Amino acid sequence: MVESPRPAKVDMVLVGVGGQGTILASNILADLGMRIGYDVKKAEVHGMSQRGGSVISHVRWGAEVHSPIIATGAADLLLAVEQMEAGRYAGLLRPGGTALVNEFTIEPITVITGGAHYPSRDEIESAYAVPARRLLWVPGAAVATELGNKHVANIVLLGALSRLLPDIGEQDWIDAIQRQVKPSHREFNRRAFEIGRSDAHVPGPGV
Amino acid sequence: MKRLLSGNEALARAAWEAGAVVGAGYPGTPSTEILEVFAPYPDVYAEWSPNEKVALDVAIGAAYAGRRAFATMKHVGLNVAADSFWSVAMTGIEAGLVVVTADDPGMHSSQNEQDNRHFARWARVPCLDPTDSQDTHDLMVAAFDISERFDVPVLLRTTTRVCHTSSPVEVGEVRRVTPTPGSYVRNTAKYDMAPANARQRRPLLEDRIAALSEFAETFAGNVVTTRDRTLGIITSGVAYHYAREVFPDASTLKLGMVYPLPRRLIADFAAGVDTLIVMEELDPFVEDQLRLMGIPLYQPPQPPAYPQTKSIFPVIGELDPTSVQRAAVAAGLLPGPGPADRPAPEPGARHTLPLVSVAALDLAPRPPTLCPGCPHRSSFYLLHKLGVPVNGDIGCYTLGMAKPLDALHTAGCMGASIAVAHGAVQAGDTERHVAVIGDSTFFHSGIPALVNVLYNRSNVVTIVMDNRTTGMTGHQENPGSGHTLQRQETVELDIELVVRALGFPPDRVVTIPSYDVKALEKQLKAWLKVDGPAVLITKQECALLPATKATYLPLAVKDNCNGCTICFRIGCPAILQSDALDERTQRPLAVIDPVLCTGCEICAQVCPRDAIEFRAEAMAHG
Repeated sequence: MVESPRPAKVDMVLVGVGGQGTILASNILADLGMRIGYDVKKAEVHGMSQRGGSVISHVRWGAEVHSPIIATGAADLLLAVEQMEAGRYAGLLRPGGTALVNEFTIEPITVITGGAHYPSRDEIESAYAVPARRLLWVPGAAVATELGNKHVANIVLLGALSRLLPDIGEQDWIDAIQRQVKPSHREFNRRAFEIGRSDAHVPGPGV
Repeated sequence: MKRLLSGNEALARAAWEAGAVVGAGYPGTPSTEILEVFAPYPDVYAEWSPNEKVALDVAIGAAYAGRRAFATMKHVGLNVAADSFWSVAMTGIEAGLVVVTADDPGMHSSQNEQDNRHFARWARVPCLDPTDSQDTHDLMVAAFDISERFDVPVLLRTTTRVCHTSSPVEVGEVRRVTPTPGSYVRNTAKYDMAPANARQRRPLLEDRIAALSEFAETFAGNVVTTRDRTLGIITSGVAYHYAREVFPDASTLKLGMVYPLPRRLIADFAAGVDTLIVMEELDPFVEDQLRLMGIPLYQPPQPPAYPQTKSIFPVIGELDPTSVQRAAVAAGLLPGPGPADRPAPEPGARHTLPLVSVAALDLAPRPPTLCPGCPHRSSFYLLHKLGVPVNGDIGCYTLGMAKPLDALHTAGCMGASIAVAHGAVQAGDTERHVAVIGDSTFFHSGIPALVNVLYNRSNVVTIVMDNRTTGMTGHQENPGSGHTLQRQETVELDIELVVRALGFPPDRVVTIPSYDVKALEKQLKAWLKVDGPAVLITKQECALLPATKATYLPLAVKDNCNGCTICFRIGCPAILQSDALDERTQRPLAVIDPVLCTGCEICAQVCPRDAIEFRAEAMAHG
């Protein structure tokens, strides 16, 4: 990949449904950012919202990071482990920013029994139209099924993300993942990352 | 080398470094991880106490005995422990005592938004209010020293964003060990707060807080940083970082100690800036004190939403950079769209954040729900069906209120369910009242209310939903789980035996496996027909515990489903409406998501057509 100067700051939000591994993915990103020399803040919410509710983590890299929360319209990157949540939090992404969205749906109870509407892919994409931001679909759930572990879609997304941050070496990513997952889970997480990183759907480079 | 630590991890580390030997608490978001991280450190004792009052009394006992100690709780936990908090404010201590309260602005996981800094001023004890993990670490170490120097418990108040934000922390590598082990002193005049002694102690509280106010003038946790003098910001807690983000050029006074305040330091800072504002989350705790001191604060030309309480920033909810920026624009501190008669902001005022608004999609909310396989689901399905008034409590089962279960009608605070039901009955309400309470909450504060039901001849049917753990906070041990916080095996309090020992009639105390819908329905119906109190214990491990996970077996919907929709009424996230319609009724057939299904069989039991597999069938073809 082409060498490019490391960005002065990278603000990332990770969204999904409680239990999908957004916290693990944000732990890996915070660990990685610190190892490669950034000041780092990672903010997440525990407790009630983890029970199948909508969840969000903020990870910030920079020379000196103050606020743990990324302002509306200021995130450089958005990772969504669930499609509908990509629509819900679209407003956090800055103009020109990129969203990586796992092709995977979990219907909220308001849809299952309340008769509420689950948004189509077109509707979700429309949330990124004005101001223009890039939305890239990532087949994280399909890869996870292929690997026989339903929980690694988050790591596939990190693999796709790594293509957008080309100045960070692959080994730095893999080391950060290995430090944050159980030893018995290291091998399939490494494979999930590599498949995500090699995925032809995700163009690179550049935040 | 710096370590990446959450505020809670930094706090636990600091307690260990400061030589704390006892930590006690009750789980509660956002405080829970503090003791979980502290417990494995060498040479410490840590426990989950049954409730916050017990936890604080344990820590007080250790501090009376000359050992550094601390207690942890969420904000509402300090209400439970308030009696003990006030007592130790009166007596003081022998060794350092820190009370950690973790407030939850925005109510991410709480029933109210109380600002616990008020407790400190109320009880005349110092309050520390860290901004991030490094501050939390440094202030926790300092708190023990302040406690001993001034013979006072110290309230360390943290918040969700501080607790659950990770950032690099410079920690100490050596633990300070008290050179001579303390001993239990006999000093009745100081430690026995009989009225005669209490009256003697009372003036000391005022003298002590005056001395602490003087100490605050030079306390290293109160930090003045002079930048541009056009705008000065007095701030504390996580709000300090929003101040830095939105007003990077402003001068700041970061208050590590928000009570008592350093008068001269504040007056000097105020005199050195053209415009002075206070930025703090929740109540105007610092702002009100500054107004009483006569410090001139900036008055926005346009009144904010609640001018009677706070002058610039929202009094409700969590702050964040966006809300701070909006409030600053509305107050005329930053340029922005607004009334033409607004005075121009100071020259140099500039935006550091985008002022954007994106048209939001109108999306259905995704509230938290009972998990697939949750053992509480069957009881709520039945209670909904029976239509009885259900008085709830605090825990995962509070989610029984959500549609379609819609089977919980009150939930105020820990331990409220049983006595609230009793009160409704004694007031003459003619319906048969049910109270539901979890196992950990039962031990926390449910037992006295159950004693009351028996003692005062009540009629309440209590359901103790025993899922063998403290669920909502992430699976902490409790007196019924058989293990301590420090992973030691211990006596496993049997809820049925406890209830029987209180004196309930033998036929009015029954334990039924939580997944057995038929048996639960039969028992509840029987008790609703007769008079007198009864206790049903539903027992089944939480579906997220490893022992249950090992038994997951996804079930499937069979060909004879006709889309009757009854299985949707249990509100399980694993049962979806499929795209296929029943030929005759044209209603969507049910389909089970095999990724989410645990095989609890609640849906299979409620299906009137036997159109959902039981585990035996799933195993036969699996």
